[in-house]
Amino acid sequence: MNASTSAPKRKLKVATTSLAGCFGCHMSFLDIDERILDLIELIEFDRSPLTDIKHCSTDCDIGIIEGGVCNAENVHVLHEFRKNCKILIAIGACSINGGLPAQRNSLDIRDILAAVYAQPGRGVHIPNDPEIPLLLNEVHPLHEVVKIDYFLPGCPPSGDAIWKFLTDLLAGRTPSLGHGLIHFD
Amino acid sequence: MSNGQDTKSFFLDDEEIPFEEGQTIIQAALTAGKYIPHLCYHPEFKPHGSCKLCTVRIDSRTITTEDGQTVKIPGRAAASCTTPAQAEQHVESNTPELLDLRRTLVQMLLVEGNHFCPSCEKSGKCMLQGLAYDLGVMSPHFPQYFSKREVDATHPDVLLDFNRCILCELCVRASAEVDKKNVFSLSGRGNTKHLICNSESGKLGDTNLAATDKAANVCPVGVILHKRHGFEVPYGQRRFDTAPISDNPVQYAPVKEQV
Ligand code: SF4
Ligand code: SF4
Ligand code: FES
Repeated sequence: MNASTSAPKRKLKVATTSLAGCFGCHMSFLDIDERILDLIELIEFDRSPLTDIKHCSTDCDIGIIEGGVCNAENVHVLHEFRKNCKILIAIGACSINGGLPAQRNSLDIRDILAAVYAQPGRGVHIPNDPEIPLLLNEVHPLHEVVKIDYFLPGCPPSGDAIWKFLTDLLAGRTPSLGHGLIHFD
Repeated sequence: MSNGQDTKSFFLDDEEIPFEEGQTIIQAALTAGKYIPHLCYHPEFKPHGSCKLCTVRIDSRTITTEDGQTVKIPGRAAASCTTPAQAEQHVESNTPELLDLRRTLVQMLLVEGNHFCPSCEKSGKCMLQGLAYDLGVMSPHFPQYFSKREVDATHPDVLLDFNRCILCELCVRASAEVDKKNVFSLSGRGNTKHLICNSESGKLGDTNLAATDKAANVCPVGVILHKRHGFEVPYGQRRFDTAPISDNPVQYAPVKEQV
């Protein structure tokens, strides 16, 4: 950051969400521990599970998205983020290549639902309440649905990796992790 | 410029590398402690030249045009694992262009198979993953194939997860050349090319592969796995957790036969 100016800078608005993820990336985000106090000098949280704000402001600077796209609601949320955030970051393995949820892609969705909900002795009730988001046939990485500006791999990326990535980005550098921080698992 | 009368040398990224007659560029480089990325090259096997990760440029030239501008004419691209070293050659490997090309090749391999590293027993010691880390591959870039591939668990000691095969043929070469068993082959062409087991049923359990065979211990990725040995080394202590793949290049150098 530009240290020479003393005038307070506008804080960057950061929105976060978890789609077809496990919230592990969000938990890992909290592993930056007390550094979150430094971070909060530079950013403010908008829509996020951390604030419980339900929709993105129209002028978010950064959207951080965990998880891939597995149902219709994920698609809507992802579009909301793309529309309202200048920069989108895909965080974690699932957002980047679908991750473990995408291991269902080689199976037929009907077979999966039948195997779970229509076992002999368990009745035949595949949930179809309109409130429940419709499952997609396949789980997709984010960049197959909208343009993603940056990718931060890991399952989850460590707190240190997230810190390095965000501080690089906030300082105007291309984020670079290097050995020990770049991980696919 | 050569050191002595019988030692010849070439230049790799402007550093002088000695070599012996008959050595390939990658063999001489690794022996001299210079890492060139590779996947299908293995110090104990005949080069295969298929993955192209080891691509280098040879004898690029700089010319001055009539209006005084200097222009670089790129030299020919060649796989350093199949190209013999030649005296006074100028070889480039660590250039932004070649690193970009290698990054793209790794990304293509990652989307072609189903590489879910968090659930892969090879994670942390996988050459493809290690290379991706070293090259800074942060995204797959391309759309995933999500190809449908099988798992073969018919063998009592060895599991095959075809989802991760990169078709390097190291297992094919090991089984044919070292074990003399011909357990594996590649079948099909282009997009449909895939690894098969040479038994009547096509299953690994019906071959004579033993867990101690070279072929069962050579796979650079997570296809040929030993049952009951998954995730033995904790996260943080695995091979590429502790050192990047490019560390200590001589570990990949051909073992010198004493004359
Ligand atoms: S083979 Fe390597 S790249 Fe593929 S899933 Fe396993 S660790 Fe990841
Ligand atoms: S199984 Fe492993 S060693 Fe054999 S071709 Fe596939 S990646 Fe190479
Ligand atoms: S290592 Fe040379 S082509 Fe694969």
